[in-house]
Amino acid sequence: MSNISGDHCPLAHDGQDVVKMAHGGGGRAMAQLLDSLFRPAFDNPWLERQHDGAVLDMPGSIAFTTDSYVVRPLFFPGSDIGAMAVHGTVNDIAMCGAEPQYLSAGFILEEGLPLATLRQVVESMATAARATGVRIVTGDLKVVERGKADGLYINTAGVGRVVAAHPIEPGQVQAGDRLLLSGDIGRHGIAVMAAREKLDLESAIESDCASIAAPVLALLNEGISVRCFRDLTRGGLASGVVEVAETAGLAAEVREADIPVREDVSAVCELLGLDPLHVANEGRFIAVVAPEDVDRAIAILRRHGVSEAAVEIGQFIEGSAGRVTAQSLIGGSRIVDRLSGEQLPRIC
Amino acid sequence: MKYRDEYRTPDAARAYAEAIARITTRPWTLMEVCGGQTNAIVRFGIDQLLPKAISLIHGPGCPVCVTPIDYIDKALEIAGTPGVILCTFGDMLRVPGTQSDLAAARARGADVRVVYSPLEALAVAREHPDRDVVFFAVGFETTAPANAMAVYQAEREGLVNFSVLVSQVLVPPAIRALLERSGNRVQGFLAAGHVCTITGYAEYEPIARRHRVPIVVTGFEPLDILEGVYRCISQLERGESFVENQYSRAVRRPGNQLAQQVMEAVFQVVPRQWRGMGGIPESGLGLSPAYRSFDAEARFGEVSDREEVTGECASGAVLRGEIRPDQCPAFGTRCTPEQPLGVTMVSEEGACAAYYRYRRQPGGQSHE
Repeated sequence: MSNISGDHCPLAHDGQDVVKMAHGGGGRAMAQLLDSLFRPAFDNPWLERQHDGAVLDMPGSIAFTTDSYVVRPLFFPGSDIGAMAVHGTVNDIAMCGAEPQYLSAGFILEEGLPLATLRQVVESMATAARATGVRIVTGDLKVVERGKADGLYINTAGVGRVVAAHPIEPGQVQAGDRLLLSGDIGRHGIAVMAAREKLDLESAIESDCASIAAPVLALLNEGISVRCFRDLTRGGLASGVVEVAETAGLAAEVREADIPVREDVSAVCELLGLDPLHVANEGRFIAVVAPEDVDRAIAILRRHGVSEAAVEIGQFIEGSAGRVTAQSLIGGSRIVDRLSGEQLPRIC
Repeated sequence: MKYRDEYRTPDAARAYAEAIARITTRPWTLMEVCGGQTNAIVRFGIDQLLPKAISLIHGPGCPVCVTPIDYIDKALEIAGTPGVILCTFGDMLRVPGTQSDLAAARARGADVRVVYSPLEALAVAREHPDRDVVFFAVGFETTAPANAMAVYQAEREGLVNFSVLVSQVLVPPAIRALLERSGNRVQGFLAAGHVCTITGYAEYEPIARRHRVPIVVTGFEPLDILEGVYRCISQLERGESFVENQYSRAVRRPGNQLAQQVMEAVFQVVPRQWRGMGGIPESGLGLSPAYRSFDAEARFGEVSDREEVTGECASGAVLRGEIRPDQCPAFGTRCTPEQPLGVTMVSEEGACAAYYRYRRQPGGQSHE
């Protein structure tokens, strides 16, 4: 790469060089950053065309979604903001009963962010995209002054081809439908909280951040009567079930004893006064299926690593819209509600 | 980290519930003192397993809930002072003061930081020698030793930019105050296990004798609570009243003497206002004269000692165990965790919040 107007190549001294305001200025520094980092990492014909946008050939129905990622710290056990920005949007597309295909990526970088950190995030995005089979075909880059962002923020939007023959949405859920959960809950939220607050845990709890597209598409392709999917991100399992029940105009019952929570996750929740049902996940979803398909659906889910611990945890029933009750571990019953406000650790 | 599943098995819970039903011959009213116990009771539906003759009423043991509004207002005032960093436990953030809460103050630019331990606040003070770092020291006897330790350390290190806003309260004086109120219905207590890990339970013995109430030091897991209820009812049925220790895996009669020593060095017993219960003599801790220079009230002005006017909120009656949260006309309608009228609806350990989370019917009322 040529050395232009006395400036050093922005990536020549990884580890020391940092993002400068000029990297977002639309001039040479930005062009160098795109050429040396983003285009090689995401490597696809749409980016090579260096056009203002990507032209996609997509017949049929398309699912379209967007999400922004502002997680702090940028790296935490099990994942990082880059992988999350890919998986999160991929998962939202999959929840619509669609096969995720193309993403956009918008970056807001804070002046002073080490370029080595940026490289690590971008490469993690590229790895996640390759593993999931999606292409990052267009993007944007802005730099804000030091102190105006937590290192970097990422927005991704994505589109995918709808493969479900029927609408996959809460409105399709009927009384008697069963509630399947794709695996243990709470790991992502606890991993991030432990990293952010520097909690010294006996063993690192790793985020469950992952793409859930493969098992979702398998359920659809193998003809399971799926009424609705919901990924269990912020607000956790509780918010996911309550929201689906509300929109469906139904009540739901879950059995706490059947909801898998790892022992270390539940110990941290207990210490901090958090309900694992409210803790965020990044690679977990619920599938609402017709009762006659439960066994087959679970068998399909368990063939995929990301949902190998899938279980049935309850069902939808006639009743007040959004009323979710849990049978407690000792046999009593309680209401499951959305998280209100932010999760705050308690005093004692 | 295996420590609790054995205290949550459904068969053992049923066996306890049946044993309680067998020995219960007439109505009894028990109070669990601690908000953590209230939360477990409502979350696991423990009360639903008990015979109808037994009423559990929820005590004042939520430290956030009983902190007087004047202290919240003082914390807000301190947080709004230029150059100050206010450190607090997370669940104080949404407790409403007269005008605002600490979360809103933070959103408007105040430097309010959530810490998990007062020693973290001390670290913040070391990191920012040019800023005034104030720790909001709230809680029962459980938090007092660590809060005392932070002040003790600050004194040893000469950290002059560190101070504490102290609103520490003590459980035994509150139990006495409840028993001495006219119209008291409580016939037996489940005392808070974690508090007793620090203080032991010798102090409860004269209360049990004088007021003829059984007091069972009880843990927080479902089976702990069921066993605590069983022991309490069996004393009542036999006409006995003494202090028993259900939580013997954590509590000894003398308590944790090292913790008591640091508390005694740094704090002294003072009268305190309790939200919902008014002024109770010798029911709180304040800094002892030797540590007065670390008192945020000495630096930022004294907190007034007035009794609170509560308006529509019935949290006083809830904290005294006179009504259940769902018997308040505002419950779940004009008062929700998003729009709380009182602090019992805000705190994780608050009885109203526990009922709202686990018992509410859509539309407001709770289910039985």
